[in-house]
Amino acid sequence: MVMASITSHLTSPFLSTPEFCRLSQSLHRSLRQRRCIRKSVPGTISASIDLKPPPYALNALEPHMSAETLEYHWGKHHRGYVNNLNKQIEGTELDEMSLESIISASYNKGDILPAFNNAAQVWNHEFFWESMKPGGGGKPSGELLELINRDFGSFEGLIHEFKLAAITQFGSGWTWLVYKEHKLDIPNARNPRPSEQDKKLVVVKSPNAVNPLVWEYHPLLTLDVWEHAYYLDFENRRTDYISTFLNKLVSWETVSSRLEAAKVLVAEREREMEEIDAIDDMDTIEPEDTDMYFGSDADDFADDDE
Amino acid sequence: MASVTTIVSQLTSSAFLPATEFCRLSQSLLHWSQMQGPGIDLKPPPYALDALEPHMSKDTLEYHWGKHHRGYVNNLKKQIEGTELDGMSLENIILASYNKGDVLPAFNNAAQVWNHDFFWESMKPGGGGKPSGELLELINRDFGSFESLIKEFTIAATTQFGSGWAWLVYNDKKLEVVKSPNAINPLVLGYHPLLTIDVWEHAYYLDFKNLRADYISTFLDKLVSWDAVSSRLEAAKVLE
Repeated sequence: MVMASITSHLTSPFLSTPEFCRLSQSLHRSLRQRRCIRKSVPGTISASIDLKPPPYALNALEPHMSAETLEYHWGKHHRGYVNNLNKQIEGTELDEMSLESIISASYNKGDILPAFNNAAQVWNHEFFWESMKPGGGGKPSGELLELINRDFGSFEGLIHEFKLAAITQFGSGWTWLVYKEHKLDIPNARNPRPSEQDKKLVVVKSPNAVNPLVWEYHPLLTLDVWEHAYYLDFENRRTDYISTFLNKLVSWETVSSRLEAAKVLVAEREREMEEIDAIDDMDTIEPEDTDMYFGSDADDFADDDE
Repeated sequence: MASVTTIVSQLTSSAFLPATEFCRLSQSLLHWSQMQGPGIDLKPPPYALDALEPHMSKDTLEYHWGKHHRGYVNNLKKQIEGTELDGMSLENIILASYNKGDVLPAFNNAAQVWNHDFFWESMKPGGGGKPSGELLELINRDFGSFESLIKEFTIAATTQFGSGWAWLVYNDKKLEVVKSPNAINPLVLGYHPLLTIDVWEHAYYLDFKNLRADYISTFLDKLVSWDAVSSRLEAAKVLE
């Protein structure tokens, strides 16, 4: 049953804050909502944004990512985004909103508002730390591997495409594996005939702070390719950094959990849309209701001149 | 016309080259480069790689010039070989591949080659201090004061989110500060660049880590060559 799946995911040890918020909102979502608007829910954490530590010690990813890198990357850059965001949102309507809601509101359909860069970078960095683990790398398995084989031909196919995206993101940015829900590329558009084939794994890249939440994709994995992410350990050798990340750091377990959560969310949303459609059908106007349009007395519409 | 090597050595040799002489020589060079095809070269900075220490380390120059700048040159050459861009001057490659904003593949490399050449030449050992002469007059006229220019340039350099550059330019007979993302430079807007600072993280990470503000101050206090900026202004005034 859907509720049990959501609950079990909510209690998983490595669930990130944005995942928690998303799943808890699924539990509360109203049937009468016509659009899946994410709102702050009473009882969820909505105070100022926190600097979450990575789920491992700062030296735990050595020798592949040094303690020094984590000290600067998490301790200065990520911390800086958190502090700057809190200053920006204090006393505004964005204060008290969830991080994902702040991102969505400040993305403003591409015409970004000041808080966007900081908010998105906070989210991106949390997601990045959680995409790695000590002793990472290896290969995925189970359903994740099945979908990889289906959508990329093979695991090697995925790796090739991911590396290409990471190396060709010019300037600062991020590389992502995402679960793409819709066949249509238009955000907020409903696919009239959804099928399993439309739900695909895709590799995308984004500049600066942009992330796939704004395209309504479900992020599963990310790699930070801002130079600050790799310069202390690799200098200009971004290619070596990408290989090391994929061979030694990526947590495919986390990617699998995120895929599960995304599928649950998508299924829940589809079920709600079906229920809304069913209610709409019941509201269809019956012939005897035409009186409400034409008035109880046809003389109401006689010409005044007559 | 004097050979290009003579022109370049005259341009870079003397600390006491008068602006008018610099202007004449640089225009000769510009004229020459526009007549020839290039080839595109990795030009060395006009000083040794350790000459900007302690403000910009030799380590930084070795990576920044020796790997990043060199990489852009090599990649550009591969990209343009056998195409219509081959044989064009660097500036013309930039303008052609900018393609009114819908950039073609060679743009990023071409612009980054130009930007880095321009950046090395924007600095000198024992740099910093204050500008003088006509440059200072225009600064006072267009910014109110030298301090005000410094402030505006610093803000532009600090607030360029992600990778990019901050510039002092001459446009429509006025000095302006602009900033640009990634490889974009003011040539594509038809402005005359006078000064630039590279704010890609690779420019400062080895020396300053995340402290971009300190890097910008150091650049302005200790590295910027106001002489080069003045000469460029002279050349720009002739061209406008």
